[in-house]
Amino acid sequence: MSGTNRIIVTVIGADRVGIIAGVARVLADNNVNILDISQTILQEFLVMIMVADMRGSKVDLGTLKGRLSEKGRELGVRIDAQHEDAFTYMHRI
Amino acid sequence: MLGVDEIIQTVRMIQEENLDIRTITMGISLQDCADANPDALCEKVFGKVTGLAGRLVEVGNQIEREYGIPIVNKRIAVTPVSLIVGETGAGGCLALARTLDGAAAAVGVNFIGGFSALVHKGFTRGDRELIASIPEALAATERVCASVNVATTKAGINMDAVRLMGAIIKETAVRTADRDAIGCAKLVVFANAPEDNPFMAGAFHGVGEPECVINVGVSGPGVVKNAVARLPDADLGTLAEEIKKTAFKVTRMGELVGRETAKRLGVPFGIVDLSLAPTPAVGDSVAEIIEALGVEACGAPGTTAALALLNDAVKKGGAMASSHVGGLSGAFIPVSEDAGMIRAVAAGALSLDKLEAMTAVCSVGIDMVALPGDTPAETIAALIADEITIGVVNHKTTAVRLIPVPGKKAGEFVEFGGLLGRTPIMAVNRFGAAGFVRRGGRIPAPISSLNN
Repeated sequence: MSGTNRIIVTVIGADRVGIIAGVARVLADNNVNILDISQTILQEFLVMIMVADMRGSKVDLGTLKGRLSEKGRELGVRIDAQHEDAFTYMHRI
Repeated sequence: MLGVDEIIQTVRMIQEENLDIRTITMGISLQDCADANPDALCEKVFGKVTGLAGRLVEVGNQIEREYGIPIVNKRIAVTPVSLIVGETGAGGCLALARTLDGAAAAVGVNFIGGFSALVHKGFTRGDRELIASIPEALAATERVCASVNVATTKAGINMDAVRLMGAIIKETAVRTADRDAIGCAKLVVFANAPEDNPFMAGAFHGVGEPECVINVGVSGPGVVKNAVARLPDADLGTLAEEIKKTAFKVTRMGELVGRETAKRLGVPFGIVDLSLAPTPAVGDSVAEIIEALGVEACGAPGTTAALALLNDAVKKGGAMASSHVGGLSGAFIPVSEDAGMIRAVAAGALSLDKLEAMTAVCSVGIDMVALPGDTPAETIAALIADEITIGVVNHKTTAVRLIPVPGKKAGEFVEFGGLLGRTPIMAVNRFGAAGFVRRGGRIPAPISSLNN
């Protein structure tokens, strides 16, 4: 990876109370620092995007993804986390 | 800073449109393993393959998790085995096939390519022994893939080899008759075979390649199809532009994954093969892109033009995304591995003749086509000769992967399972060319070869 520890967390699903709180809780519990949050409603679906920093976290991205998707099942939304490079490399020359 | 729309686009391409890295293939040179003693040869090969590829699957899985991009296959390609079997004879070839199979199993890859010979200008003794051992080797192993290069634009076509491969394909079919001739799905006949192709069954590690290298094959028919489908009223120039942009993005992923894998394994990064490789999954089909462009069914008039547009746009978009492009690069049209192609054959829209015409403008050739079991070896050789000629005359790679399924007739279905898919058996012209094929010899290189 290109030296950074930044990840992008995406949440897609029907909007409801507690989604941001739920995701933020998982990140906080794993010592992942949230840098930016943006959200939009796309065809009635909530699309939330978080940029977060994993530098201080003791878990690896695979483990974090597992915990996030577990929380997603609980909240009825799809939560995914990917390394930032997967996005920047695709869209930036 | 990334835009929300860009992030959503990436996520959608992966989650809904089947964007994946089709394969990470580690190329391994076995040239230093050559030995006249079969036991010593096998021991050296096993040690080298398992030593270099031991972490390939683990690292691939790690990158898959971090980037969230599925990496479908992790595979190995080795030096064409005919170059290192030397004096070991047919028994040595078989022992080596088993060794490669065992090494592939030990490191957890599903295929290992390179049970291969390059005979476009003639045979060495090792070439002959290797080719003779192919049917038994493919029947006795699970993971080994074989290929034979029978022609190049510079050398012409070795028709003795073409004729021989007709017979070898038939024999391989018989030896694996209990599994619908699956051995033939692991055997490719090439013209102008590329040395850095990461795609099975034709992958091998060419003699011009470094000691060890990581090559990557990208895919994304679903992504391209959706890009086309979003523009129902666009003209063809606009569509070509849209496909180009999409191919760029897909290829960037391949470049990222390839470089990262190579870095973590401590080996050089080779090439990205810019390809649209279908899978049997619905929505991951090259035929469906052609249909999205407006051709009623793949194989109908217009198909070749649509495919040429697609193929060219993919290359143009991909070429800027990666510094090192290689392999086969273009749209793959294997029949059994593409849900849209299977449908087109079953509906009577796509014939073997049209398929041959399509291969003049895209990657590979007549690929994963099941034929009636009673197709004569000479007819198979003649089909190979036609397809190989398209490659030789047009300075491109073409290949043939034909599967004459014992006991089955045109219209019946065969099931290969997994990525190899299922397919109806295609009808073959009932007139043969045995007289032509039996003449043997070498068809001279076309005059276009004198281009220096």
